[in-house]
Amino acid sequence: MTGQRVNHRVAAPTDAVGDRYVRPQGVHPKLASPDYRSTRLRAPRQPLVPLPQRLTEITGPLFGTDRVTDSDADLTRQHDGEPLGQRIVVHGRVLDGDGRPVPHTLVEIWQANASGRYRHAVDNWPAPIDPNFSGGGRVVTGADGTYEFTTIQPGAYPWGNHPNAWRPAHIHFSLFGRAFTQRLVTQMYFPGDPLLPYDPIYQSTPPAARERLISRFDWDATRPDWALGFAFDIVLRGRTATPMEEPHDD
Amino acid sequence: MTDPTPSLTPSQTVGPFLHLILPWPDGPDVVPSDTAGRVVISGRVLDGEGNGLADALVETWQADPDGHFAHPDDPRGTIAPAVSGFRGFGRVPTGPDGAYAIATVKPGGLPTADGGIEAPHLDVSVFARGLLDRVVTRIYFDDEAAANAADPVLAALPDPARRDTLIAGAEPGGYRFDIHLQGDRETVFFDV
Repeated sequence: MTGQRVNHRVAAPTDAVGDRYVRPQGVHPKLASPDYRSTRLRAPRQPLVPLPQRLTEITGPLFGTDRVTDSDADLTRQHDGEPLGQRIVVHGRVLDGDGRPVPHTLVEIWQANASGRYRHAVDNWPAPIDPNFSGGGRVVTGADGTYEFTTIQPGAYPWGNHPNAWRPAHIHFSLFGRAFTQRLVTQMYFPGDPLLPYDPIYQSTPPAARERLISRFDWDATRPDWALGFAFDIVLRGRTATPMEEPHDD
Repeated sequence: MTDPTPSLTPSQTVGPFLHLILPWPDGPDVVPSDTAGRVVISGRVLDGEGNGLADALVETWQADPDGHFAHPDDPRGTIAPAVSGFRGFGRVPTGPDGAYAIATVKPGGLPTADGGIEAPHLDVSVFARGLLDRVVTRIYFDDEAAANAADPVLAALPDPARRDTLIAGAEPGGYRFDIHLQGDRETVFFDV
């Protein structure tokens, strides 16, 4: 460089510094989505206040493999016996909105068993618990942002939202990325699930974005004589196109 | 409607069964139990009828007491925490009455890019059944009146009653901070 100082700052209403991470538009469900009944007393009513992205927001917890044990990536091998149900491999990449892999980031999952029952005190509908399935997993992405779990195809289950309400089969995902702003909790669904049109949680998602929640059957990840494969890439918020650059004196 | 931001994965609710994996035994301990200056920040997460949420998850993220983050994106460089064993991150599920508590140390103030100072604060995420996306708030401290008065985020909130929803009250051993998802005392939540 020739001493030219590049300073891509974006004006923000409350501060001279622009956002480092893109603010999503039309991606996340509206908090006030009354068809999902639990939102009615829980979704805030006041408009959200814009928070400039400063040091607390552009940093975040970074977890290594210290939070993960060997059995955490294979939910079919956490007990002495094997769980019942269809064995599946769920894999994909964690990327940011610019298509860059998010390496070494913690991914946590939890799900119902093959019968659609969670191993949880508040789930007591009459479907069997599987003594060989706990339903929780953790992995850290590789240097290329990839992750992989082996688990059981979860079942659908009824819930009390409205008469004859059933949740489509899904796996919950929790991700950190590298900044507080990138934190994401979501759910992965399965292709062709006939319950998706009737599910107010899935339907709360903007139509143009909701199919991103559906995994893809992946023949290449399917293991002969062992497990069906599903691919699910997760895209966290990317850097803004004109990122904040600190002035420097070199 | 605005075109959706390309490719970003939408959020979905954490649901009522998060306890299968998300709570960690040491999640509430941002610092080790023998840390000097350790404080407990506790409170309840409440719905629009004032009832506690028994199935929420509270997460916190903060600077160390010197106002640093041990993180590569802190432009001042990665500096080892001033407190041994400091994690910066807290995670705790609420109890049957909506109560939560984390043990930490008060963070330092933070410089802003335009020469100001952010008062000591924690960023907070609340996840729960009925929240289709996390909600984000901040915890400030009522014994930091001068720093709070100069804080740019608090200054941007014109209504003192709304601003006060972000300020934890000192009590023996720590601070009290209730999170009202709705109602007359609805906490200020941020679009981050």
